[in-house]
Amino acid sequence: MITFMNNSDSEEEPCNERTSLMSAESPPVPSYQDGLQASEAGEVQAHRKRRTGSSRSPNNIADGNMSDSGVPVRESTSENEEEELTLKYGAKHVIMLFVPVTLCMIVVVATIKSVRFYTEKNGQLIYTPFSEDTPSVGQRLLNSVLNTIIMISVIVVMTVFLVLLYKYRCYKFIHGWLILSSLMLLFLFTYIYLGEVLKTYNVAMDYPTLFLVIWNFGAVGMICIHWKGPLQLQQAYLIMISALMALVFIKYLPEWSAWVILGAISIYDLMAVLCPKGPLRMLVETAQERNEPIFPALIYSSAMMWTVGMAKPDTAARGPSQQTWDAAEDGRENHRSPSHADPQMSETRSPVPTRPITSFEELEEEERGVKLGLGDFIFYSVLVGKAAATASGDWNTTLACFVAILIGLCLTLLLLAVFKKALPALPISITFGLVFYFSTDNLVRPFMDTLASHQLYI
Amino acid sequence: AFFWLVSLLLSSLIWFIAVKASDPRDEPLQKGLLIFGVTFSVLLQEAFRFLYYKLLRKAIKGLVALSEDGCSPISIQQVAYVAGVGFGLMSGAFSMINLLADALGPGTVGIHGDSQLYFLTSAFMTMVLIFLHTFWAILFFHGCEHRRWWEITAVVVMHLVVSGSTFCNTLYMGSLVPSYLLMATAATWAYLLSGGSAQNLRRFLLCK
Repeated sequence: MITFMNNSDSEEEPCNERTSLMSAESPPVPSYQDGLQASEAGEVQAHRKRRTGSSRSPNNIADGNMSDSGVPVRESTSENEEEELTLKYGAKHVIMLFVPVTLCMIVVVATIKSVRFYTEKNGQLIYTPFSEDTPSVGQRLLNSVLNTIIMISVIVVMTVFLVLLYKYRCYKFIHGWLILSSLMLLFLFTYIYLGEVLKTYNVAMDYPTLFLVIWNFGAVGMICIHWKGPLQLQQAYLIMISALMALVFIKYLPEWSAWVILGAISIYDLMAVLCPKGPLRMLVETAQERNEPIFPALIYSSAMMWTVGMAKPDTAARGPSQQTWDAAEDGRENHRSPSHADPQMSETRSPVPTRPITSFEELEEEERGVKLGLGDFIFYSVLVGKAAATASGDWNTTLACFVAILIGLCLTLLLLAVFKKALPALPISITFGLVFYFSTDNLVRPFMDTLASHQLYI
Repeated sequence: AFFWLVSLLLSSLIWFIAVKASDPRDEPLQKGLLIFGVTFSVLLQEAFRFLYYKLLRKAIKGLVALSEDGCSPISIQQVAYVAGVGFGLMSGAFSMINLLADALGPGTVGIHGDSQLYFLTSAFMTMVLIFLHTFWAILFFHGCEHRRWWEITAVVVMHLVVSGSTFCNTLYMGSLVPSYLLMATAATWAYLLSGGSAQNLRRFLLCK
């Protein structure tokens, strides 16, 4: 168990930073370009960096390319329209991201509250070798800081490795890595999870049934994630995978290390995505230069990229395959990619043109999705799950962290609309979440408990 | 919801500091501190409601400036309603959720001589508070829009009265009944302010 965990940990690292930014394959339609670009630009890439990789910038680069080609007839009105489109799409996308993040958190919290397994201390990952069972506070703090340093450096190394692989076009290696990761995540972790849930509810299941269930689940998951599948199913699989990964983290990270790691990860995310030499940014820029989407398995996209008709075939192949966080070693690294919200220019959903014309441009305009890296999902869920597991104030703290994270996500998307480039999704939300966790647990809880015991209402 | 949470945070901070700085064994002092904490919290909640109003006002202005035909896609009354619901839900959730979680577990209500209606009354009180927050937000925003300070003070006073009434709380008559009456008042007031009238109501009820 522990070795696997360790492996998967490292895998997660590099996965975080992938964010597919630009819709490189946007069709050359000038009149819609600007609107699309603007909307896209509006979508900020929230980077989900678990550990490595920040691929953020493709958005900006793509935008630049596009706007050059487009020719707005009336500057001011088109600008206004762009902004309005940006805001409209921005608001819709906020909702489109709220739902999966909420679902992921609900799954994690429900599991934590009901299945004992995930709150028992059964050893630690190899990435956090220092134990926290030390008698003195100072020693414990030191150990957690050392754990964090080790973890973050593993993440950085994995991300840089991934960026190098991408730069030197070792696509097969990366794809193989991702597939191995998602295999492990889908099969092994699901098996463990199912086993624990069945144990908790004292339900017996024979091995043939178990095999059938897990085989089907895993196989459909692999197909949906790496190839084509219905959008909802793919999103559901991505959410489940993020939840599984988050549960693993919650179980195997010691208390203080978890909090320090969360803080350090958001700082790292900030740096890797925004600094010009950051690995994620380089990844994104490289992807943009080459006009390709970033690895689909690491990004959650709220709209599908089924290109219709004129679309290039490889876009269709890549778009739907959202790379999910691979539990496997490879996967982990990939999952680390920072999450960024990425408006997909050429995302069109085949059944949905609202206007009677079914031109490609129109379809394009309909489904501009937002992308969030899976690492972000995972870290948000880790924060809320840890709050649910360890807070003595129980539900109040969990609820407070949940609201804080959602508001952070909202603010990040707002900044995305303003700055129009890939942005890290972790810092604001995690900061709010941490602040609210510690303050609610220590300050609000005694207050509310006293009020409740006297049945006073404020 | 977020704003309510922040106000709760700040008020807890103040209360916590006060408690830590005082003598824990002194019963009346603790009770006094609690009253102080509650009052302060109510005032802080209203202050945050005002801040939220300011923020939303700016947001609506921005939306109007950006829209093509100069009118905003969402009216201030809708915004007030949503804000109120947010406040109410958050306050309700924080009041009830631990209670509900405990209610799932084993135990007997009121075994130590406390009231046996604890859960029931808590539920009703929470419900009335959620409704009240919604109505208060509508009244408050309306007062801010039209610069009627007496509406705003009325809201603050009502909130203080409702919270204060919960102080006599094992005597449920004293807290639930006034709260419900106040809620009915606030409801009709908010309804009239939002453009409703007895005629509208009749038409609605008779499904015309």
